[in-house]
Amino acid sequence: MTTTETTSGSKVLGQRVLRREDPKLLTGEAKFSDDLDIPGALHMAVLRSTVAHARITSIDTSAAKSRPGVVAVYTYDDLKDDWAGPMPCAWPVTADMKNPAHFPLANGKVNYVGDGVAVVLAHSKTAAVDALEAIEVGYEELDPVLDLEESLADSNVIHSEIGTNLSYTWELIPNKEAVDDAFAKAAYTVSERYIQQRLVPSAMEPRAVVVVPAPFGGDYTVYSATQVPHILKVMLALTVGVSETKLRVVAPSVGGGFGSKLNVYAEEVLALALARKLRRPVRWTEERSENAVATIHGRGQIQNIELAADADGKVTAVRVNLVADMGAYLQLVTPGIPLLGAFLYHGVYDIPNYSFTCRSVFTNKTPTDAYRGAGRPEATYAIERAMDALARKVGVSAVEIRKRNFIPTEKFPYNSAAGLVFDSGDYLTNFNKALDMMGMDELLAEKKLRIDAGSRKLLGIGISFFVEMCGLAPSRVLASLNYGAGGWEAATVRILPTSKIQVVTGTAPHGQGHETAWSMIVAEKLGVPLADIEVLHSDTAIAPYGMDTYGSRSLAVGGSAIHIATERVLDKAKAIAAHQLEVAEEDLDYAEGVFTVKGSPDRAFPLAAAALEAFTAHNLPDGMEPNLEASVSWDPPNFTFPYGSHIAVVEVDTETGKVDLVRYQAVDDCGNRVNPLIIEGQVHGGIAQGVAQALFEEASYDSAGNLISATLADYLVPSAAELPSFELGETVTPSPTNPLGVKGIGEAGTIASTPAVMNAIVDALSHLGIENIEMPASPERVWRAISAATRK
Amino acid sequence: MQVTMTVNGQTVSRDVEPRTLLVHFLRDHVGLTGTNVGCDTSSCGACTVHVNGESVKSCTMLAVQADGQEITTIEGLASPEGELHPMQKAFQENHGLQCGFCTPGMVMAATSFLKENPHPTEAEVRLGLEGNLCRCTGYHNIVKSVLAAAESMGE
Repeated sequence: MTTTETTSGSKVLGQRVLRREDPKLLTGEAKFSDDLDIPGALHMAVLRSTVAHARITSIDTSAAKSRPGVVAVYTYDDLKDDWAGPMPCAWPVTADMKNPAHFPLANGKVNYVGDGVAVVLAHSKTAAVDALEAIEVGYEELDPVLDLEESLADSNVIHSEIGTNLSYTWELIPNKEAVDDAFAKAAYTVSERYIQQRLVPSAMEPRAVVVVPAPFGGDYTVYSATQVPHILKVMLALTVGVSETKLRVVAPSVGGGFGSKLNVYAEEVLALALARKLRRPVRWTEERSENAVATIHGRGQIQNIELAADADGKVTAVRVNLVADMGAYLQLVTPGIPLLGAFLYHGVYDIPNYSFTCRSVFTNKTPTDAYRGAGRPEATYAIERAMDALARKVGVSAVEIRKRNFIPTEKFPYNSAAGLVFDSGDYLTNFNKALDMMGMDELLAEKKLRIDAGSRKLLGIGISFFVEMCGLAPSRVLASLNYGAGGWEAATVRILPTSKIQVVTGTAPHGQGHETAWSMIVAEKLGVPLADIEVLHSDTAIAPYGMDTYGSRSLAVGGSAIHIATERVLDKAKAIAAHQLEVAEEDLDYAEGVFTVKGSPDRAFPLAAAALEAFTAHNLPDGMEPNLEASVSWDPPNFTFPYGSHIAVVEVDTETGKVDLVRYQAVDDCGNRVNPLIIEGQVHGGIAQGVAQALFEEASYDSAGNLISATLADYLVPSAAELPSFELGETVTPSPTNPLGVKGIGEAGTIASTPAVMNAIVDALSHLGIENIEMPASPERVWRAISAATRK
Repeated sequence: MQVTMTVNGQTVSRDVEPRTLLVHFLRDHVGLTGTNVGCDTSSCGACTVHVNGESVKSCTMLAVQADGQEITTIEGLASPEGELHPMQKAFQENHGLQCGFCTPGMVMAATSFLKENPHPTEAEVRLGLEGNLCRCTGYHNIVKSVLAAAESMGE
């Protein structure tokens, strides 16, 4: 059962503590951005381009302006002096990266369906939306660039001012001759081409922003459905031209992000600029079909991966060539996404020679950016699919090819050919546990039985063993990648006069349960009841510093900062206790909220008394400042490298092409486990999202560049009916790079599950000669592949 | 148009545009923002409420159609004394929610489903909640929550 409510502090970590976030979310008390009642707010609506690529020849807003309830209608020309610069891109990955200027509204030309053309402010949402229909826009249509390789050919250049569709080429080739040599000498090679289709992140809460100007003084409070209130504050200050000291950004309850709310969006800039211009609160909430085009997409890559192997199937080199889809413009970290995978195309294998090249191009589609896993699911997909292809070539099983190539446990910390240092790992132990739990022999027997019997429904077993780099990130490493910020995290722990504890974090949870998990870290250290601890977050007036929540970073970096701040508070309390008891600090023990003198446990001084002493400051040690609080900004020395074995079992109906996921097992190693309940939830959700990429989801465009899967009726986010319950296991290999020994788990499921499912489908059909099916493996695609294979 | 209905036991009466959807009536006119809007195609179920005890996606119904009906929203599910409904408890105990945005609709749909089928199998729960989307949990713990609630409510 999962109902343990632990309140004693001595062994909190590792307990299935129920989430303290839940009651207000379960009763409707929680406030999401659109729930905020802001008197007098003007409602904003954005007119979006209905064509993928066109020059704007005219915009007539006069009819819209005269509609009832409409306060103002603006185009780019009306607002060009209302912001200080173009939309921000914080990751110029190369010195010569091309970044076309991008503004909240289109400047004379639209570059994707959904590009903002005009903005309406009205007294009600319906009045604003109705007025959009009265705006007349003349378009001179241009041919859209939709295909990545066509974009690369530059026969039709989207942004003429930069003269090319190529944003950048980024290479990681430590030794080209060695790679070429490995391929020349290889006993086996595989050369695979995979398509990472575009995905719509589809957080259940659409984006929303509310900007409230103070009546005097020029201060603004920005409420936004964002994962990154701190980054947003800095970027809004720079982009709109408001002093950072005048901006407060609050992320109220946020309904999921998955990377899609790790951004600075046109509507946030518009709402702030217009609130300033009109001195009125301005609010905007995205509609779902608007979300499909106006919020970033994920993935979107063509992956060419080659492996060279010796006669034993031991891989000697990996060579990867990517073409990555940036979409129409570079958003906040768009160009960096392929780089987050660039170091991981050798997966969990000890491959000595490495070559990675990425060419990133513009298309007339919605910009791409971070989506759960961001670069690492793509890398894992390519290597795990290619390892299965190699196994077929060498004539060994998917299990055997992996065992022959794992990074051996004794090589940790492991210096990878791509230049990373993997912190810790014991891959074989994890893999063997997964294979045992799964009952592989029975499954393989069942699979063979069905083939031999000519069964309509074939069984496929797919393995994926992943590793990711997360805990983003050591700031100096980010510097070497030209990222525009650091990767540290801030924490403050303060014990108030009444001994209640405030924990302030720079992380910005939106479903991850930080209030619960961070309380547990403090309770563990201080031995105080969880109920005495309050976690404050996602408000820059309360938590001025932070790097927010993404990249499976919050526990490894933010949790560590809290752990260290708690230690410092305890150290100070100990000095106060020693002073009061007139003993040396080293003569004190501490447990369950009380300092005692070693050997004389009756001489005690409670933590609560130290907190009161720190507050009254009547009798502190000489030179000690009043108050019991510590603030820490912690920069991790390295990434963390969680890993795990995921195994999918699918049933493929050979007559309809329908694929059913019948079993899914994940054995993850995320280092020390703070709250297994939350860990499992993260894994479940991640698996579902990765499975959805394999089987259901695709941002499909027609030949004119219209997104034809722009609603939740067309874009197939799976329901409960399409998924099984998941079987989970774990191994625990602590990370040596942070004081908690944790690694991160937010993205693991998504990273591992897509290749597991696709490997399973190919496994079910490989005896027919089928080696690849594009994603999503829809019934039509699978049926066509079977039909083509059996006609041969 | 004037519409009058009972919402969480209270009679409410408002003058609304005829095109006002029930979900906007509840959120914008009555101020009950626990019921969320997640889509515009009646696909996601975040806006699920009870109309005369049965679950309805409140974006599929006009406020005027709810005239004279009894509506229960997530705010009206716990007891007046604040004790959580067994379904709400089961969601917390089984970690059936993460971001919590789909949760009000999911809980309302699940309570209505258990009324129709008090002792469901896992497969029946999965099918019964097909109209409600969640992006966080992968449904594993939602299904577990509903099965646990069925057990506790059957006791």
